[in-house]
This record gives sequence, C-alpha cells and structure tokens, in this order.
Amino acid sequence: MSDLNKLTLADARDKLRAKEITSVELTEACLSAVEGGKTLNAFVHDTPDLALEQAKAADATLAKGDAPSMCGLPIGIKDLFCTKGVASQAGSAILEGFKPEYESTVSQNLLDAGAVMLGKLNMDEFAMGSSNETSVYGDVVNPWKVDDRNLTPGGSSGGSASAVAADLCLAATGTDTGGSIRQPAAFTGIVGIKPTYGRCSRWGVVAFASSLDQAGPMTKTVRDAAIMLEAMCGHDAKDSTSVDMAVPDFEAALEGDIKGKTIGIPKEYRMDGMPDEIEALWSQGTEMLKDAGAKIVDITLPHTKYALPAYYVIAPAEASSNLARYDGVRYGHRAKLSQGDGITEMYEKTRAEGFGPEVQRRIMVGTYVLSAGFYDAYYNRARKVRTLIKKDFEDVFAQGVDAILTPATPSAAFGLGEMKDADPVQMYLNDVFTVTVNLAGLPGISVPAGLDKQGLPLGLQLIGKPFEEGELLQFAHTLERAAGFVAKPEKWW
Amino acid sequence: MSIDITTAAKVAKLARIKVEDDALPALAEEFNAILGFIEQLEEVDVEGVAPMTSVTPQRLKRREDVVMDGDQQEKVLSNAPDAREGFFAVPKVVE
Repeated sequence: MSDLNKLTLADARDKLRAKEITSVELTEACLSAVEGGKTLNAFVHDTPDLALEQAKAADATLAKGDAPSMCGLPIGIKDLFCTKGVASQAGSAILEGFKPEYESTVSQNLLDAGAVMLGKLNMDEFAMGSSNETSVYGDVVNPWKVDDRNLTPGGSSGGSASAVAADLCLAATGTDTGGSIRQPAAFTGIVGIKPTYGRCSRWGVVAFASSLDQAGPMTKTVRDAAIMLEAMCGHDAKDSTSVDMAVPDFEAALEGDIKGKTIGIPKEYRMDGMPDEIEALWSQGTEMLKDAGAKIVDITLPHTKYALPAYYVIAPAEASSNLARYDGVRYGHRAKLSQGDGITEMYEKTRAEGFGPEVQRRIMVGTYVLSAGFYDAYYNRARKVRTLIKKDFEDVFAQGVDAILTPATPSAAFGLGEMKDADPVQMYLNDVFTVTVNLAGLPGISVPAGLDKQGLPLGLQLIGKPFEEGELLQFAHTLERAAGFVAKPEKWW
Repeated sequence: MSIDITTAAKVAKLARIKVEDDALPALAEEFNAILGFIEQLEEVDVEGVAPMTSVTPQRLKRREDVVMDGDQQEKVLSNAPDAREGFFAVPKVVE
C-alpha cells in the first residue's frame, strides 16, 4: 500500500488495529517522505533508527492486543521539547550540541501512548517569531505555493505545520505562547489546538514565557487533534502549574451536536484593513454553525486592542528571566575568550554569539520593562490589563456564550523575506487574533475553513471556556464538516 | 519616553549581551518602535485592578520538603562546555 504517510492518525490507528498495515511500514513511508521533503527544511534532527526501533516495539504490542491510544503512529516533535539523547536546540545556536539527559513530560506521554518519533522539527528561535525566519536552521518553507515565491508556514511551530501539511508525518507537537500553534496551522491548512493553560505539563519544554506557554497537537483533522491532545495532557507533579484534573475522552466528545449552544461573535475582531476574504470566511463560518443549530450572538471583548501591547511587555519580561540561564556555563555554546576576559565578558560574548537578533531584542525589551523605575509603568500595568482581558472573556461566558468564533490570522501566508524590512511590530500583528487567548489562559483551536482567491488556506479560530476542550473540539468538528476543507498542497518539493 | 544610545547600552549591559557601539543607534530605534507600541497601555483605566499573578484559579501545589532525586553528577555535567573534576569550569571570578 502506498502513501501511508498521507493517512490521518485515526485512519492509521484503525488500519494498524485491523492488521491491514504495520507500524514499520507506516514509519518507513514517513521516513522516505521526510527524506524527500528536505527542501521544506521542516525536520532538522532525524531519528530514523530510533523510529524504526519504536515501530517494531509498537508492532509487537499491537500483535498482543490492548495497545495504547497512539501505538505505532509516527509523529514529529518540535525542537522546543527536550528529548532524551536527541538534540534539542529550540532553534537556537546557543543550545548547539545540547542533548538532554531527560525527556519532556509531553513527549514522554506520547511515547507511553505508543507514538513513534521521526525526529525534531524546525521552529523560530526560542519560539519567538511568526514566520519561522528566526531559526538557526534556516527558514521553513510552506508546502503551499501559488507562484514562484516560497511562502512562510507561519511560526513559531512552522516546522511542525509544514511537516504535517506536506504529509511528512501523521501529526506533530507544537507550542503556543501567543499563537504559535494556531497561526501556522491556519497558514498551512491544518488543525492546531492550544489547550487551557495547565492542561499540558511544561516540564522539559524549553521555557519562553512561562505564564503563557502551552503545548498542543498539530494535526490533519479535528479528530486527530482530539486523539493526540488526550495523549499529551495530564497532571504532572514536576510542573507546579499543571492542573490536577481528570483528562476527558476528547474523541468521544466529538460525537454530540451543538444544537442550542451559543456562539459569540466579537465585534472587536473586525479590524480596519482586514481583507474582504477573511471577513467573508468569518461570516460563512458563522452561518455554518448557525445551520448546525447554534445560536449566534454579537459580543464585545472591549480590551482586545490592548492584548498585543500587554503581551509584548509580559512575554519579553518572562523571556528575559527564563533565558538568563543561557550563560555558557552548564550547556550549549560558550564563546571563545580573549586574554584577560573574565566571567562577565564570557556571558556577554556567549549571549551575543548564541542568540539571534529577535531573541536579543526581546530579552533586552524584557530587561528594560523590568528595570528599576519602569517596573510599575510597564510590567505591572501590563499585568493589570491582562486581568481585564481575562475578565472580558469571563463576562461573555457568564452571559451564556459557549464558544467564540474569530478569524485565525489577519492574512494568508506571506512570502519568506517579505517582512524583512518591516519594523518588528508589523510582524507581531500576525498574532492579533490569537494572543488574547494566551493572556486569558483559554483553549483555542484553528480549523482550516477555505482558500483565498490565490488558492492559499485560511483558518477560523474557536475559543472555548477553560478546561472545556471537549466541547471546543465538538464545535471545531462541526465547523470542519460544514466547511468540508479537503484541499492539499500540490507536491512540488 | 524615548530610548537614547546610553540607555540602549545600559540595557544591553544588564541583559549581559555584548552590543558593539556601532549597533547601538539601530537598537535604540527598534526599542523605540516597540515601546511606542506598548505605550498604548497608558490609555487603559487600571484603577483598582489587581495585576494578574495566575491565569488559572488553582493554588500552587505543595509537596513535602524532601530530596526527590540527586546523585547525578555525571548527567548534570554531560552538556557543559567546560567541566573539570566534577565541577563546571568558568574564567576566574575572584581575584
């Protein structure tokens, strides 16, 4: 059977269990797709031997019956996750050569569920970026192409998005601090969910902004997102912010219908200068949910406008603290020193060589907003605004809204290099629809809903109530079926 | 509020990132673009609003104050750029 790499997690799982295929066959199909997909620059550390070993073990478990939920399914892991004995660099030169002695909880959960790891996926350096152009491994290329330009897959989980959209793997892990799962999912026509803050353990995931970071799956379908999310999340004593709550059966939650549920449409997300096509897609999505029996109400989230500026205080502040650990002492790169250089020169040279420009910029902005005299004016004010942003959502949920529908991104994928001369703030605007969700700690999912007139995918975002991922997935599943998005990028790589 | 070259140099120093003098003007300009964007926050009435400390309602979990693991010197040092005799080695710190 050919093209096994094109299967969804759900179909591959069913075929494995029906003994129609083996995990080794499936894994080999993915490994040759990875090999043939090098132009996309999505996989950056391949682990074929490990993958085949895991696939053989999975086949043995499957033969015995009673296999765990993701047994034998080949996936890719974002470079931000520490994987034991396998390079984990967060897309940065400063972690050159770093091979963790431990496994992140999320990747361990996936391995325990029987998943097969094909390798590590490219990303923006330390997850800071919206176009996957800040990576030490170079740009990731979007498999979608409409002219001679190479397009961005979005970021920071750009390698994950490109790999899943190009069928190099069945699914991949991503992480999302301001939109890094949902924006690349939208740019590549796949599904990406950021769960509620606390659902997935952050232990062993290289930290960017700890109060915002969450891991989540990037998959071909909503059903796959449900399967993989369930395997990823769960309480972990090693992350004090991980919640001690039972993990529901997310796949079972897809079944019910959404009749009588209420969907909110926030007026603040109708931005000036938003392309007509995105506006039209949003209206179509609203109609689809209405036709499925949902009640549509207009809502207001008055502090939306202040989410991005608050994010660009809080995230850099936390990053400046988290990234202080990269000092050339315990792991990664250390600069060559000149005669007479002391420890301060070692820190300064190491960090100047190891961090790229965007990471340096954010560390320094964070340092500035936390410095004496500015802490109250910037950092504390931003945290107060964050309280108000969360309250906006609490108010609409208290009024009976079950989920909120918005566009996922303000545009379709743009060309690599096209934003090179723009000031950093222009790039930050990519996350305008997604960043509120991180600040409020809510679950959000991006669902592919249509193509623009050039033929590039566009996504819609659904935002759910805290810890109601099951219900959110049900809405997403309804939207997915109604939109009937089946387009795939034509293979050119 | 505008960032000048001296402030940019001071921030770079605090962040322990070496920035060459000729790169400071461009850096100061980028800071100003970002801070100009952030300054919108001044429009928000935050009177009486508590700064967020936790996005989820749960209290941080507590555990017994006991040793959980340890005795992993080799693993701890395995990724160090310079480890000697069971220690991380760095340039001379104390004269």
